[in-house]
Amino acid sequence: MTEIDAEMNKQRQIVLKPREKELPNFSELLLNVGKNQDKAAFADIFQHFAPRVKSYMLKLGSVDEVAEELAQQTLLKIWRKAQLFDPEKAAASTWIFRIARNIRIDTLRKQKHFFDDDYDLEGIVDEQEDAEDKVSREQKSHNITLALSALPQDQTRIIRLSFYDGLSHSEIANQLEIPLGTVKSRIRLAFGHLRKNLHLESGEMV
Amino acid sequence: MSIHHHLSDSTLGAFTAGTLIETISLVVASHISVCPDCRKRKDQLETIGGIQLKIAEPEGLSSDALQKTMIRLGKQELPHVISPANTSSLSSSSGAALNVSNSEVPKPLRAYIPNHLEDVEWKPIAPGIKFFAIEDLKTANGTLSLLNIAPGVNIPEHGHHGIELTQVLKGSFSDEIGRFEVGDIADLDSDIKHQPIADTSDSCICLIATEAPLKFTSMLPRLVQYFSGI
Repeated sequence: MTEIDAEMNKQRQIVLKPREKELPNFSELLLNVGKNQDKAAFADIFQHFAPRVKSYMLKLGSVDEVAEELAQQTLLKIWRKAQLFDPEKAAASTWIFRIARNIRIDTLRKQKHFFDDDYDLEGIVDEQEDAEDKVSREQKSHNITLALSALPQDQTRIIRLSFYDGLSHSEIANQLEIPLGTVKSRIRLAFGHLRKNLHLESGEMV
Repeated sequence: MSIHHHLSDSTLGAFTAGTLIETISLVVASHISVCPDCRKRKDQLETIGGIQLKIAEPEGLSSDALQKTMIRLGKQELPHVISPANTSSLSSSSGAALNVSNSEVPKPLRAYIPNHLEDVEWKPIAPGIKFFAIEDLKTANGTLSLLNIAPGVNIPEHGHHGIELTQVLKGSFSDEIGRFEVGDIADLDSDIKHQPIADTSDSCICLIATEAPLKFTSMLPRLVQYFSGI
């Protein structure tokens, strides 16, 4: 990152105040669980994420008891896998999202999933990665949070429905009562804005 | 391997959200395993997923949820001590097949077909075209197959209904959109019609996943229809 970029980053962060309130450092908590089987750290992660994993499972059509059970299973898996958490490879929230999502596919969809942690991608070297890794994963995640919070509400909503709630474009069109074409153009617009907010070249952010 | 044709935003987004059917999902994973760009875009989408999860509205848990989880946690085996060097063998739970080197078969696919494409039990379906259906994967609403196209052979023009993904595993083909080489993926909109031709002196081998196998407009049935003169 050049000095100019760093300065622009700083300015952007002043302009775009995050809407999230101060949260614990989940990376540190996860590392603590992994290294020391720290139950207090685990409880902190549980307090924040278990109710949100439950809401994630509910949104995808699960009934209350199942959603609660899957939230517990997700947190148990976090406990079991915490030693594999590597803050250089993923932000804590990204890592937790992956675990919750994979449990959802396994259990609610009764399907196999094919995500990376099942295949170590030997031989794949990402040349851009080195330069970029000076910015930590948590920082990247934070930058994306800021960029997201700067989007108009209808665009944030459509990104959430599409890439988090997992609705198809036509399901979104039905839910929001807008034409399919509007869904598609709104998604394109949202990602265009995200790229601009993140100062990314076209194509780099989806 | 340099990749020129990538996954679309919506396919990658649906993969990341975990809403694709298994057959399509496997081809996406197979492409990502050889494409750093799509892998990076996938990571970015998962980062967005993580942010959404972190800032989501919480849903009330039963009052003893934490206590119950703590009890279950006590009953679990303590985490194994894993040194970083061992993590890869630990995570590839699908068995030894995944660890073969020098295979032209992308890793996610190795649990389902032989490690070398010449060992596949090809079935001739038309002059210059051989076919292998991958049936191990639960495919209630989709098909997954390999297509082996001899040099110079043309696939009849066809359209697509639903998602159809094609990844080149060997050789190359060309169509109205461009030239597809090893690792490239054709992630086509349903309104695109094309007429691919294997365009090198080698056979072109592709991995193809479709939704809704019963639609006769999807590529493979059309292909069989075309050549068998139905």
